[in-house]
Amino acid sequence: MNTDTLVKQLCDLNAPAGCENLSAEKLKSFFEPLCDKAYVDPFFNVIGYKKGTSKNPKKIIITAHFDQIGMIVSGFEKGGFLRISNLGGIDTKALLASEVIVHGREEVFGVIGAKPPHLLKEDETKKNVKMTGLFIDTGFPDDILKQKVSIGDPVTMLAPVVTLKNGCIAGKSLDNRTGVAALVLILKELQNMKHPNDIYVIATVQEETGLLGAITSSYSLEPDLAVVIDVCHGDMPEADRSQCFPLNKGIPVAIGPAFHSEYTDALFEVAKRERIPTQRCIEPGNPGTEAWAIQVSRFGIPTVEACIPLRYMHTTAELVSLKDIEAVATLVARYVSEDIIKTTEETF
Amino acid sequence: MMRKLAELTMLDGISGNEQEIRKFIIQNLADKSLKHYTDSIGNLIVKGKTDGSSNLKVMLAAHMDEVGLMVNYITDDGKLKFSPVGGIDSRILIGKHVRVGKCKIPGVIGYKSIHLQDKNERESVVKIKNLYIDIAAKDKENAEEFVNTGDYVAFASEPVFFGENRIKAKALDDRAGCAVLMELLEEVWPFELYACFTVQEEVGLRGALVAANRIKPDIGIVLEGTTCADVPKVKEHEVSTVMGEGPVLSFADRTSIADRELFYHFLKTAEKEGIPYQLKRTTTGGNDAGRIQTSGTGVKTMVVSVPCRYIHSPVSVLDLNDLKNMLNLVSKALHILPELGR
Repeated sequence: MNTDTLVKQLCDLNAPAGCENLSAEKLKSFFEPLCDKAYVDPFFNVIGYKKGTSKNPKKIIITAHFDQIGMIVSGFEKGGFLRISNLGGIDTKALLASEVIVHGREEVFGVIGAKPPHLLKEDETKKNVKMTGLFIDTGFPDDILKQKVSIGDPVTMLAPVVTLKNGCIAGKSLDNRTGVAALVLILKELQNMKHPNDIYVIATVQEETGLLGAITSSYSLEPDLAVVIDVCHGDMPEADRSQCFPLNKGIPVAIGPAFHSEYTDALFEVAKRERIPTQRCIEPGNPGTEAWAIQVSRFGIPTVEACIPLRYMHTTAELVSLKDIEAVATLVARYVSEDIIKTTEETF
Repeated sequence: MMRKLAELTMLDGISGNEQEIRKFIIQNLADKSLKHYTDSIGNLIVKGKTDGSSNLKVMLAAHMDEVGLMVNYITDDGKLKFSPVGGIDSRILIGKHVRVGKCKIPGVIGYKSIHLQDKNERESVVKIKNLYIDIAAKDKENAEEFVNTGDYVAFASEPVFFGENRIKAKALDDRAGCAVLMELLEEVWPFELYACFTVQEEVGLRGALVAANRIKPDIGIVLEGTTCADVPKVKEHEVSTVMGEGPVLSFADRTSIADRELFYHFLKTAEKEGIPYQLKRTTTGGNDAGRIQTSGTGVKTMVVSVPCRYIHSPVSVLDLNDLKNMLNLVSKALHILPELGR
C-alpha cells in the first residue's frame, strides 16, 4: 500500500476524542502484520510491540495520537435539529455549511447551519458565530431523530481527503493520522532492520482533550525513551513565520524544555548522517503535544519530538505533503534502531 | 427527476460559465426531436410539444448558473486570491474544498490555524481578502501551470440523500428549477411553450431579459429555489418559507409583483387538486421574473419556488416532496392555463 492510500484509509476512520473505541480494532489491523504483538489497552490506546535483539533490551515508545477533534450533541431543537458543543479545540469559523456524521445508535448524516446571513443584524455580521449559534440539521422528524440520537453522542466532520499538486493531500483528521501513518511506515522499515531495543508504537487516545492516552500509556509501559510524532503548523499565508514550517523542507525537530537535549542532539545527528533534512522547531514552554505529559511520567522519561508540517490545523482543509510523512518515518526508524539508550547511574 | 437533479448539482456552472449545464440538459432531453436554440449570452431555449389548440406563448424560466468564486490573483508563493461571483456568505468559506478552472484542479480554502489567531481574529469574521485557495503549488510559476486568473471556482460538494426525503447538494438554487423544467418538457401542451434555461441570474438577472425579448411571451413563469429560514434562532416573522410545506407561491418580491390573475389561478389549482402549497411570507429577494415582466411591452409573470435551506452554500438542502409537489402544481396549473383567456 502506498503512503497516499495508507493515509486516506486512516483518515476515513472515525475516532473523536473519548470515543476511539469506534476505530481501535480497525487501527490494530494496520499494526498487526508488522509487529510481534498488537493490542488495544483499556483506554483504547492501540499498541504494536516489536522485540529487540539485545539480551537486555531497553524500551522505546513512539507515540502518535489517533483521536480527532469533533463535536458532541448537547441538545435537541424542534424540527430535526441538534445543538452541539465542541470536543477539542475546534475553530467554529470553519464549521458553517460543513457536513457531519452523528455517531448515535446509528450513523446520522447532517449539515451545520446557523441563522442565515440575510437575517443578521449589523453587529452580528462582524462577529464570528459561536458554538451556541450553530446547529446540525438532520432532516429527520423529531420523534424519529430521538430514536437514533442521544445527548452526548459524538459528532465527526465528514470530508474526503483529496490529492493536490506536488504530492500533497488535504482533508480532515490529517492531525494526527499522518503521525499514525508514520507509525505504520516505521514498523515497515523495522522489518528490514536490526534493533537492539524493544520498540512500542502507540496510537494514543484523547490527545485533543488533555493528553490522556499519553499519560496512561507512558506510565504503564515505563519506557527509557519516548519519541512523539505529531503535526506542527505548516507555512500559511498571513501566519507568523517563526511559528510555522514550510512543507517538503525538512522534518521539524522540537527544541525546548519539554525535550531531552542530548537525545534531541542524537536525533539531529542521525538525520545528518542519513541525509534527511531537518528544521528547528522552537518550543519555549508547553508545546501542546504529548511530550509535555510523557516527560514527567513516572520518574521522568526522556522525550524527543519529530513533526510533520500541516497547514490549516483543525479544519477540513488540513494540508500536508506525503514526502514529509515518509521522511519522518525514515528518520525515526533509523533513530530508534540504534543502540541509543544511555545507561544512567543507579540513584536511590 | 431526483436522479437528474443530483446529476445536475454535480456539474459546475458559475454565472458566465454555464456550458456544462447546458450540454447536460440538451443531452438529456427526453424527446430528441424538440427544437432548441442557444442564444448569444448562453441561454438555452427549448420549444415544447404543443397540440396547437392555443397560440398563447408561455415562457418558463429556470436559471442554470450558481454562485461561486473566481481567481483574481496568484501570490508569489502560489496561493490563489479570489472574488465571489454572486451572493456568498464569507463566513462559510474556511475549510471548504473547491474545484478550480476547466481542469477542475482540487484545492482547499485555508486560513491560519486557530492556534495562531489572536483574540480579535478568533472572534471576528474573516474577510475574503484574507482567505486563499491552496492547490499545493510550490510558487506562482508552478501554480500558473494549472490555473489562471479568471478561472471559475466551484464548491466540491457531492449530493447526499439524507434524513427523511431530503437532499443536500450545492447549486440546488436553481438546478431544482432546471430539473422541474426538464420534466415539464416531456408533456404535450395546449399552447406554445418555451422552456428557458437562463444564464447569469446570480449576478443580476442578465439572461432572462435577453431570452424574454426574443420570445415575447404572453405569460412568464419562473421556477426557483428560494430562501428557507425555518431553523433555530430565527423569529417566526423572519421565516419566509417552511421546508416540507409545499411549493412556494410569491405574491411579490423585491423585483416583481405577481400578476393577480395568474397568482390566484395557481392558488386555486393547488386547492382544487389538493396539492400542498405555501405563500412566501416575505417580499425580499429577487429573480428572473423581475426582468421578464418588464421585457417587451410587458409580460404577466408569476414565481413558483422550492424552499432551500443554506442556499448559496455547498450544503443547500431541499425536501424532495416539495419538489415533486412543485412539478405537480405547475403542470396542473399550466394545463388549464388557456382558459384564462387574454
